Amino acid sequence: MEKWDNNKAWFLVLPVFAIVAFSAVIPLMTVVNYSVQDIFGPGQRVFVGAEWFKATLADRRLHEALWRQFLFSGLVLLIEMPLGVMIALAMPKRGWGVSFSLVTLALPLLIPWNVIGTIWLIFTRPDIGLFGSIINSMGIAFDHTASPLDAWITLMLMEVWHWTPLVALLAYAGLRAIPEVYYQAAKIDGASAWATFRYIQLPKMRGVLTIALLLRFMDSFLIYAEPFVLTGGGPGNSTTFLSIYLVKLAVGQFDLGPAAAFSIIYFLIVLALCFVFYQVLQNVGRGEKA
Amino acid sequence: MAQVELHEIAHSYLRKPKGESDYALKRIHNIWDDGGAYALLGPSGCGKTTLLNIISGLITPTKGRVLFNGKDITSLPPEQRNIAQVFQFPVLYDTMTVFDNLAFPLRNRGVHRREIIQRVHEVADILDLTPFLKNRAAGLDASAKQKVSLGRGLVRSDVAAILFDEPLTVIDPHMKWQLRRKLKQIHEQLNLTFIYVTHDQVEALTFADKVVVMCEGEIIQIGTPEDLFETPEHTFVGYFIGSPGMNFLPCTLEGNIARVDDVGIPLDEETAALGHKAQGKMELGIRPSYVQLRSKQEEGSIPARIRAVEDQGNFKIVVLSLPGKTLWAKVPEGRPVPEGKAWLVFPKEKLRLFADGRLVR
Repeated sequence: MEKWDNNKAWFLVLPVFAIVAFSAVIPLMTVVNYSVQDIFGPGQRVFVGAEWFKATLADRRLHEALWRQFLFSGLVLLIEMPLGVMIALAMPKRGWGVSFSLVTLALPLLIPWNVIGTIWLIFTRPDIGLFGSIINSMGIAFDHTASPLDAWITLMLMEVWHWTPLVALLAYAGLRAIPEVYYQAAKIDGASAWATFRYIQLPKMRGVLTIALLLRFMDSFLIYAEPFVLTGGGPGNSTTFLSIYLVKLAVGQFDLGPAAAFSIIYFLIVLALCFVFYQVLQNVGRGEKA
Repeated sequence: MAQVELHEIAHSYLRKPKGESDYALKRIHNIWDDGGAYALLGPSGCGKTTLLNIISGLITPTKGRVLFNGKDITSLPPEQRNIAQVFQFPVLYDTMTVFDNLAFPLRNRGVHRREIIQRVHEVADILDLTPFLKNRAAGLDASAKQKVSLGRGLVRSDVAAILFDEPLTVIDPHMKWQLRRKLKQIHEQLNLTFIYVTHDQVEALTFADKVVVMCEGEIIQIGTPEDLFETPEHTFVGYFIGSPGMNFLPCTLEGNIARVDDVGIPLDEETAALGHKAQGKMELGIRPSYVQLRSKQEEGSIPARIRAVEDQGNFKIVVLSLPGKTLWAKVPEGRPVPEGKAWLVFPKEKLRLFADGRLVR
């Protein structure tokens, strides 16, 4: 066959290129542009180089927010991943129970994020909230507007309630994809329930659990709407996560330069951590034993 | 070591089976000898795998009992029966090494470490897996993977029977032969009961001492490969075994003559006498390799038109047409094939008579 050379074929790539440019590259470059300038008003700008980056990296409040963010995401993953897998294992495998549990699980995922915040805000109020008033009537003082610990507990409860179903659904899909013969072979080999989980179910779920972990990490690391509605970052700064701090900086104080620098650093952290997670999970249990 | 006895087994996948047609297995009643190599042969959907899973305990039969050495084990779970099963697709614990895979059934049963190491090495030796023991099982090729799944069965010292469910399906053709030989060797070496499910007659006939032919949930015939070829007990066996399958001609009996359309084919006296006692629709059966072609008319020969000749290398398959039907003849290479028209001769001793599909005898 004759080799066919036509550079016009490149035009076919243009639409994708244009979409990606407008949806990702141009906005990102705008942020990069802001991050190296000091902006006083329309048309009044000064190039400041890496100054905003230096200032941002040295910001003590940002450090606190970052550690808070790590603690939050770490707790979220530690609770939601095992809990989601456990729910998936306990779910029925056939019959009407399948659709029932799938729909029930999916319900929290359908609710808009700021509505979730409002629901929990009311639910945990000590005066009228079902949860808050019951706890308080049992003699335990619980108020997420006054105590940082209570605010964290409320946030974690809300986060777990909201997102564990996603992990469970993904894990369930992974479980259902395991061919029946694996279980049959395990039975014949006399494997215990734990051994079946450890050597069949868990390895076979690695793909979906990687996705679940990445999604949950990214989402929880970028969390904004729920704590904004529930606590507004308080009491004090106890629930001021990175994105809440960023919005305070950019919208509240209108410090566009530092906020842009902050955004880029934030973006790079998420990117780097996702890359590390992905690599680790891809290689876990794959390396050749000598 | 175990003799497996199936006592009046029937199985339905429905919770409340109504008629006969709801049963995947209709009535299975027979004994599998200790140390035998059996092949379960039949078309897809005939209940082979169901029967195998009943023996291994993955399925509890709707009716009937399973006995190992006379002991009723119908209600025992698979891990408490002394059986191992190799599946169609290799089942491995792919995060483990080959060694750990082989050791897995022993570890689950709390066998002592020293014995595990010894048993695994013995089995790896038999299966030629020793060089791979430290490799990850996931990286092996399909035939080595299948050997590992077999090894997990062999490694248990208590194992009495190994069940194979079409184990060579995913193996490359050139490896199939090797692996089949290996299985045969292991069978001779260890003297375990092997039950091998397949829909490939070549596999069944070369592997087994006894072939069990199944069709629509019933065992049609159990016999040596030779029995199945020479005296199929049912037209299904005649048709299913052999390539091409047995030729069948509807006929009527007149004394010692079987009349096919208006031609008389002589039968031997014994067959004819049995035929007169039998009831139902009569059919004459003959293997293609026993059909002889003549260029001139002889006594008891039937005229046929030659429609095609397929040269298969060491033999030719001649497609013959008779009014209303097609016959096949298998002619050894070098034997001349008449052109256009031939006279067919059916040797008496190779003719089989069937009444309503069953061999008359």
